[in-house]
Amino acid sequence: MITWRDVEVAYDGRKVLGPVSVEVGDGEWLGLIGPNGAGKTTLIKTAVGVTPHQGTVSFGDRERRRGLDVAWMPQRPHLPDEMGVTDYVMLGRTPHLGYLAAETKHDVETVYAALERLDLTDFARRPLGTLSGGEAQRAVLARALAQEAPVLLLDEPTASLDVGHAVEVLDVVDELRKDEGLTVVTAAHDLTLAGRFADRLLLMSGGMIAAAGSPGEVLTESNLTAHYGAGIRIIEDRDGPIVVPMRHQGNERPDPTN
Amino acid sequence: MTQEAATEARSARVGWIPPVVGVVAVLVAAAIGATVGAADLDPGSVVKEIVDAIPGVVVDSGLTEVETNILFEIRLPRVVLGAIVGAVLAVAGASYQGVFRNALADPFLLGVAAGAGLGATVAFSVTGDSGLLAPFAFVGGMTAVVVTYALGRSVGGRSATSLILAGVAVAAFATAVQTYVLQQNVATLREVYSWILGRLVTVGWRDVWELAPYAAVATVVLFASRRLLDVLSIGDDEASALGINVSRVRLVVVVAATLATAAAVSVSGLIGFVGIIVPHTIRLLFGWSYRVIIPLSILFGAAFLMLADIAARTLTTPAELPIGVVTAFFGAPFFLLVLRTMRGPT
Repeated sequence: MITWRDVEVAYDGRKVLGPVSVEVGDGEWLGLIGPNGAGKTTLIKTAVGVTPHQGTVSFGDRERRRGLDVAWMPQRPHLPDEMGVTDYVMLGRTPHLGYLAAETKHDVETVYAALERLDLTDFARRPLGTLSGGEAQRAVLARALAQEAPVLLLDEPTASLDVGHAVEVLDVVDELRKDEGLTVVTAAHDLTLAGRFADRLLLMSGGMIAAAGSPGEVLTESNLTAHYGAGIRIIEDRDGPIVVPMRHQGNERPDPTN
Repeated sequence: MTQEAATEARSARVGWIPPVVGVVAVLVAAAIGATVGAADLDPGSVVKEIVDAIPGVVVDSGLTEVETNILFEIRLPRVVLGAIVGAVLAVAGASYQGVFRNALADPFLLGVAAGAGLGATVAFSVTGDSGLLAPFAFVGGMTAVVVTYALGRSVGGRSATSLILAGVAVAAFATAVQTYVLQQNVATLREVYSWILGRLVTVGWRDVWELAPYAAVATVVLFASRRLLDVLSIGDDEASALGINVSRVRLVVVVAATLATAAAVSVSGLIGFVGIIVPHTIRLLFGWSYRVIIPLSILFGAAFLMLADIAARTLTTPAELPIGVVTAFFGAPFFLLVLRTMRGPT
C-alpha cells in the first residue's frame, strides 16, 4: 500500500501540487485523471522520491526505500538507443544488487519472466533504438515489473499504444495486481480505459483533488466538462461509463474557473 | 526462449576474446617497448634477463652490464610508466563519458589539463625548480576540478551540462592565466612547451612509484563502478528511482578519475586523445556497456600508449617526438577509420 499525507510541491515558490492526502491499499488500482498540468505526474514523482516535497509518502508503516518499495514507469523514459532490451529490463534488478554485486540466476529468471509476460522474448536481443513506440513502452513496463516492487506507478503506460496493445498491457498489469497483490497507480488520459481498469479514480485539477470515488461517481459530464474544458458526453455501458469528447460549438466552451 | 537464451541475449557481455586480445596486446607492446630503442636489445635475452630477475631463478641472458642497466633503469620503467599512464587516461575518459552521459567528455574536460598546465607553468616560471613540477601540476589539476564542480553545482544543480560548461569556463580561465605567466617568463617557454606536448622520459622507477598508488586506487574504484555507469545511462531521475544515489556515484567517479588523471598528467605532461580515442574505439567495436568499456579501456589504453611511445622514440632517432604528437597523429586517423567503418548503415 501507499499513503500520501499532506503532500505539497512548489516550484520557485509557486505551488503546483497539494496538499494531497490519498491512501491506496494492497491490490488496489487507483487511476489518476485530469487535464495536462493537473499534477498527476508530480504526485507520482513524489512517491518515487525524485521530486522534493512537503508532507510524507509512506509504504505500509515504513518510509520509502527507494527502488524496493516502488517501481516507476515514467511518462518519457530515457532509452539509450544501443542498449539491448534484455539489458534494459535487467536494470530493473538494480535495487536488489549491492554496490559490487553481479546479477544472480534469480535475477536472470525474473528478467526472463518479465520479458515473457510482456511478449518481448522475440525482441530480447534488439537494441532499444530499433523498437516501435509500443514495443519500447512494453520494455519500460517489463523493467518496472522486474523490480518486483509491491507498488507500481505507471505514468501514462498506454500513451503510445494502439487500442489492442493498450488493453493487452493493462490486462497484464491487472493480472499481476491480482496474482501478486500489487498496488497500482496509473496516470492516464484515456478516461474510458481508466474507468474500466481502476477501482477508484482521482480527478485532479490545478494540483488539487477535484473529485474522488468509483469510476461511475467521478466520470460524470459535469465533472469532466468543468475540469477538462471540453464538451464531454457520458454513455452508460454495462462495464462502466464510456467517455465521448464533443466538438466545441460556438462559444459553448465552459469556463473551467467557474 | 530459454533462460540460457535470456542470459545470452544480454549485449553487456563480449565473451573472452576481446579481453584476451587486450592482454596479448599489452604483453606484445611491452616486449617491443623493452627491446626497441637507441640501443637495440635482443628480445630473447630481454625475456631471459627478466626471468632471471625473479628471485630464485637463475638464467644467463648474455646481456652486458650496460645493457642490463639500460633494460632495468631506462626501458622497463618507461614501458611500465607508459602502460600506467595510458590505462589511467583511457579509463578516466571512459568514466567521464559515462558519468556525464557525454561522448565528448574526457580527462581534459572539467579543466584538469588546463589546471595542471597552469600548475606546471608556475612551477617552471616562478620557482624555476622542475622538481616541483609534479606536485604543482597535481594541485593545479585538482583545484580546477574542485572549482568546476562547485561552479557547476551552484548554477545547475545536478545537471551534467552545467558541469561541463563550468569545466569549459575554468579551462579557459586557467589557460589565460597560464599564457600570461608564460609571456612574462619567456625563458621557460621551451621547457613548459615540451611538458605540454607530453613525454614519458623517465630515469629509474621514481615516477612509476609516484604514480602507481593513485593509479591503482582510481582504477579499482572505476572498475567497481562500471555497472552503476550503465544504470546512469537511463538518466538521473530513473537511476535514482532504482535506488542509486546519483550524486554520490557521480562524485566518487569524478574524484577517482580526476585523481588518476592529475597524477598521470603531473608525471607525463599533457598527452591528449587517449581518453577519447580508446574508449570510443571500444564502444564502436564492442558496444555500449561500461562493463565492457571500462575493463577493455584499461588494457587497450595501456597497449596504445606503449605503442605510441615506441613510435615516439624510434621514428626520428636519435631525436624523440613528443608522445602527445604521436597519439594524435596516429590516433585521430585510426579513430576516423573506425568511426567510418562502424557507423555505416546499421
